[in-house]
Amino acid sequence: MFNWFAQIGHISISFFSRLGKEVILFFQTTACFADLLSRPGLIIQQIFSVGVRSMLIIIVSGFFVGMVLGLQGYNTLVDFGAEESLGVVVALSLVRELGPVVTALLYAGRAGSALTAEIGLMKATEQLSGLEMMAVNPVERILAPRLLAGIISMPLLAAMFSAVGVFGGYLIGVEMLGVDSGSYWSQMQAKVDYHQDVLNGVIKSVVFGIVVTWIAVYEGYSCTPTSEGVSSATTRTVVNSALIVLGLDFLLTALML
Amino acid sequence: MSETENNIIRIRDLHFSRGHTKIFDGIDVDIPQGKITAIMGPSGTGKTTLLKLIGGQLKPQQGSIYFHNDNIPALNTKKLYAARKKMGMLFQTGALLTDMSVFDNIAFPLREHTDLPQVMIRDLVLMKLHAVGLRGARDLMPSQLSGGMARRAALARAIALDPEMILYDEPFTGQDPISMGVLVQLIRSINSALDITSIIVSHDIQETLEIADKIYIISQGKVIGHGTPDEINQSDSPWISQFVQGKADGPVPFHYPAPSYKDDMLAG
Repeated sequence: MFNWFAQIGHISISFFSRLGKEVILFFQTTACFADLLSRPGLIIQQIFSVGVRSMLIIIVSGFFVGMVLGLQGYNTLVDFGAEESLGVVVALSLVRELGPVVTALLYAGRAGSALTAEIGLMKATEQLSGLEMMAVNPVERILAPRLLAGIISMPLLAAMFSAVGVFGGYLIGVEMLGVDSGSYWSQMQAKVDYHQDVLNGVIKSVVFGIVVTWIAVYEGYSCTPTSEGVSSATTRTVVNSALIVLGLDFLLTALML
Repeated sequence: MSETENNIIRIRDLHFSRGHTKIFDGIDVDIPQGKITAIMGPSGTGKTTLLKLIGGQLKPQQGSIYFHNDNIPALNTKKLYAARKKMGMLFQTGALLTDMSVFDNIAFPLREHTDLPQVMIRDLVLMKLHAVGLRGARDLMPSQLSGGMARRAALARAIALDPEMILYDEPFTGQDPISMGVLVQLIRSINSALDITSIIVSHDIQETLEIADKIYIISQGKVIGHGTPDEINQSDSPWISQFVQGKADGPVPFHYPAPSYKDDMLAG
């Protein structure tokens, strides 16, 4: 019985200790953002790495998701004679929900895992220690540019996902199933509100950008510097990111409705 | 504490533990300025840990580590980084940044800490690379270098800012005889040409005895002996003779602590 209590105490202390360290490191990292503005090259390099290199998977996925929405939406709406509203259904689904959420999940798998593995391997091969011994702060040089690049890239990737998805829905709905092109675009224009829909989607994708990139960066920075440690950290990045994104999505949706 | 004699590093009553394992149990070490000092001892005895403590990457539980007049564990981040600019470190793995060419790796500390024009940085980098014999390898990536070349490139980076002291972590481990000979010669020539202090952590006895001016032997958390290479060679301490002569058993036991062999066999 006593051991059981001791174990709960130990787990709780470890959890809060890790949480505390993570929060302190997060603020130390964000405090470096101002200095980074004088070195835009570092941020651009990371935006290329985490953002531009994720574009292919985001665009292809967005296209297919849009096409599926077009098919499913048409099949449901046609029963009620409301197929002219297909554009609204596709656009709202993408802009409010699927765009930010699916982009965050894909980003966690593509860029998040790569970030964790990169930083973890830098730790395992003593590159982070090497930076410290050269009087270069790894938080400022390695973590901060990657976090900022993730925060900038995620809303842009989510916007691309939604835009390509809307085009995918158009191809299926209008070009293949015969929905009126004018109705597809005009209803979308009339019903999608900038503040209620687009801005909410942007807020979600910024939050997901912070959370997913931070999880990736922190897991790499705090991993055990062995091949097994890096592998576990990479897995944790993808699993934790997915769970937290889905949980946060519900929370943010409830708050912004 | 004022700077005494000619010791660039003065370690006093250093205690350091990892969890319940005691790594250092009150050691005192003096590193003379301008000399090559070797820290030796069996594997797992904390030699690399000592370098990390000197570099301020780890903090001891007790004791002081003076670099000139600065107590490293008590320095704030800004002062610690200022002290590190006067130190270079050669890591066992080289620790070159893998996304940069050899040239950019050597230029990295210069670009981070100076406002020198690119032309001057180029000249400085080529001078450092020439010193280690890798001027022709400037455009190679770290993954294209052999182990010995990577260590020489890392050495060029360690001397990029003209430090007062270089810390070498196992520089000879895993090197072929030619690379080892090159590294021995480089360490000796860099130490005398740049008039710097070198601390070498190693368990390669012959190579280290060949170049060191002073040797500390550490085992089980204590300094078990120190002196010149001749004094170490002639020491009658069973600890030192076991280490220098490479005996399998002695004060450092062959067997990891375990219950009696007989009890273990009968228990099954």
